[in-house]
Amino acid sequence: MQQTLTLHDRDELITPLYKFDRKFWMVIAFLIAIITPGMLLYVRQLVLGLGVTDLNRPVFWGAYLVNFIFLIGISMAGTVISAVLQLLKVNWRRPITRIAESLTVFGLMTAGLQIIMDMGRPDRLINTLLYGRLQAPLMWDIASLTLYLLTAVFALYLQLIPDIALLRDTAPAAAPEWRKKLYSILSLGWTGAKEQWRRLEKAITVVSVFIIPIGISLHTVTSWLFSTTVQPGWKSTILGPYFVVGAIFSGIGLLFIAVSLAREYNKHLKEYITETFYINLGWIFIVMSAVWFYFTLNETLVVVTEQETLEFPVMASKLFGQFAPAFWGMNILMIAATWILVAPKFVSDKPTRNPLLQTVTGLVATGISVILFFLLWLQLPALSDPNIQTGLIIAFVLLFIVALFGVTKWMKTRLITSTVIASAFVLFGMWLERWNILMPTLTHARLIPYTTYTPTITEIAVTISTFGILTLMFVVFYKFFPSISIWEVEEGRALEQIADRR
Amino acid sequence: MTNWCMVIDLEKCVACQGCSIACRMENNTPVVSPEEAKNGRAIRWNDVFPLPVHIAPDQGEYPNVKTHYSTRPCMHCKNAPCVKVCPVQATFIDEEGIVRQNYDRCIGCRFCTVACPYGVRYFNWSEPQWEETLAEYRNPDQLSVNGSLEGPAVRPVGVVEKCTYCVHRLVKARELAKVEGREFRADEYVPACVQTCTGKARFFGDLDDPDSTVSQLSKSLRATHLLEDSGAHPKTLYLAEG
Repeated sequence: MQQTLTLHDRDELITPLYKFDRKFWMVIAFLIAIITPGMLLYVRQLVLGLGVTDLNRPVFWGAYLVNFIFLIGISMAGTVISAVLQLLKVNWRRPITRIAESLTVFGLMTAGLQIIMDMGRPDRLINTLLYGRLQAPLMWDIASLTLYLLTAVFALYLQLIPDIALLRDTAPAAAPEWRKKLYSILSLGWTGAKEQWRRLEKAITVVSVFIIPIGISLHTVTSWLFSTTVQPGWKSTILGPYFVVGAIFSGIGLLFIAVSLAREYNKHLKEYITETFYINLGWIFIVMSAVWFYFTLNETLVVVTEQETLEFPVMASKLFGQFAPAFWGMNILMIAATWILVAPKFVSDKPTRNPLLQTVTGLVATGISVILFFLLWLQLPALSDPNIQTGLIIAFVLLFIVALFGVTKWMKTRLITSTVIASAFVLFGMWLERWNILMPTLTHARLIPYTTYTPTITEIAVTISTFGILTLMFVVFYKFFPSISIWEVEEGRALEQIADRR
Repeated sequence: MTNWCMVIDLEKCVACQGCSIACRMENNTPVVSPEEAKNGRAIRWNDVFPLPVHIAPDQGEYPNVKTHYSTRPCMHCKNAPCVKVCPVQATFIDEEGIVRQNYDRCIGCRFCTVACPYGVRYFNWSEPQWEETLAEYRNPDQLSVNGSLEGPAVRPVGVVEKCTYCVHRLVKARELAKVEGREFRADEYVPACVQTCTGKARFFGDLDDPDSTVSQLSKSLRATHLLEDSGAHPKTLYLAEG
């Protein structure tokens, strides 16, 4: 296959790579500004020890571990989108495979960083190699993470080779010498010969086959960190698949947000990443949310019904106790996200006079229900009467439903905005889900009085910093490489042309 | 091979917390400020705590009061959950059945502290601090095994520590017997908590020796373990009240 790159494509995808304009530097400056405080506080933690966090006995793990699981989770995006869709030969995957795969790599890198930040003695990390016990779940996780990261980097690089060669051949004269050299080395002498294409396609297929079980293993092994212990709330066989589903769910959420941000940053991308992608991946998103609800119901219902002495207090703290805001907040976010994705499919495009479907109704209902949620959360003594409480809860549920109806019409006309909102809800909800798995069990130890945990400023700043680093890697990477797999898009176009001719 | 075991007779225990203090002085466990202790950072290898832990029972009003206390050293489990999860073998069961901790190798991942159902493993959240006079009374003993720190010498920040049945005392007793040119006997070594116990509620010895006090007591109908259903096969025995 010959490279059929038009001048138009080159302008839109390659020229921006050499444009270090004010917008780019503003983004970098903003990211560095949010990364710095966390890094400084981490250095302080290194000097003073983990006492600067709110971790205690028995809450030995906290926000860092929650971030770790969350980051592992979002790294699932690359595997699913790229590998599965690649193997199924789905055509709409082409413009977003690169973003998906790079998210995997960066997600795993920051996840590794997070686990090092959680260690009491990061200086002894080498001990895991010197004295590693293969019987220990943590070693499975380290091994799995390393393997997944290496495979993901390899997969990303394989996809990049033809594009790097393109960059090498089309570099403008004004481009810095080191960049030309970098592209020339990284392209590995790619000339676009038929044999090279044949081998590349073969290699990509093989990697795609391998990366799926590796990805699933990492999420399962991460769940085994918890389910192999004898602590109440974690002794669950469902945790493995639950983590995998959650990972795919949040991975797609992050992919939607990353793709939309990239589209906003470089407006030309809108021609390549069209609404078709949002609709098609949106369907997978909806299916994952259904599976997620199914698993959550399984987790909750069994424990609530059996009311076993050790397990039930953990579950009760989620349903009515100190973790109720996080648990119900998670459920509300997930319900809202699913509604945002599903409901617009049932209303017509035509304007309607149905008062239930007006945006104003939605906004008013949303406002009142948010106020009610906070009233319930604050648990004011004036509202402690059970009848008033029940009334407030019923009013909240009804208004929440009205709000969901009200926004439907608005969502219908704004597919991309609504998908991004749903993705943000899912991401936040999935972070809370991980919190709800870890914290209730840790605060409800068997032989230590029940306790609480609130992240300190160090933990919050380090968390913000971590997500800042993730974004920074993403932004810098796409200053060097095109955010769209150009050759895959070209290939798609060629295939379409052949199909048209028939 | 000896199989060291502790028996605690709860009938005799007066909850004086002498074992807790003796342990602290013997093993140099760091002191923390009251605020830190309130936040769950206190390190008490040998804790005295009310039972049941979570549900406050109807204890009645003075003078008709009924209160249960228990005391908790490490259980030195035969199927220790902490040993199973340690990624670097910093904690291990030695050939005499003691669960030990290698402070020089621990990476501070805190998996063992999370896995332990008894909550007897402690993490060094901050640099240990002693107030002036207290520092002078620190135990000077120091146990190094193959160049790795294990004994009561002060632990560095960021590692996990735990009750070791005062294993440095065992090493010392063995050395003494060797110097004096005689056979080491199992009754030459007891941990500090057993030595100090006000109510003589604690016994220590070789569980595999059918004639030892602990193996006699282990046959008592009152003999029980803490959380027998945990699957960890705890070794430290309790003689139940009543």
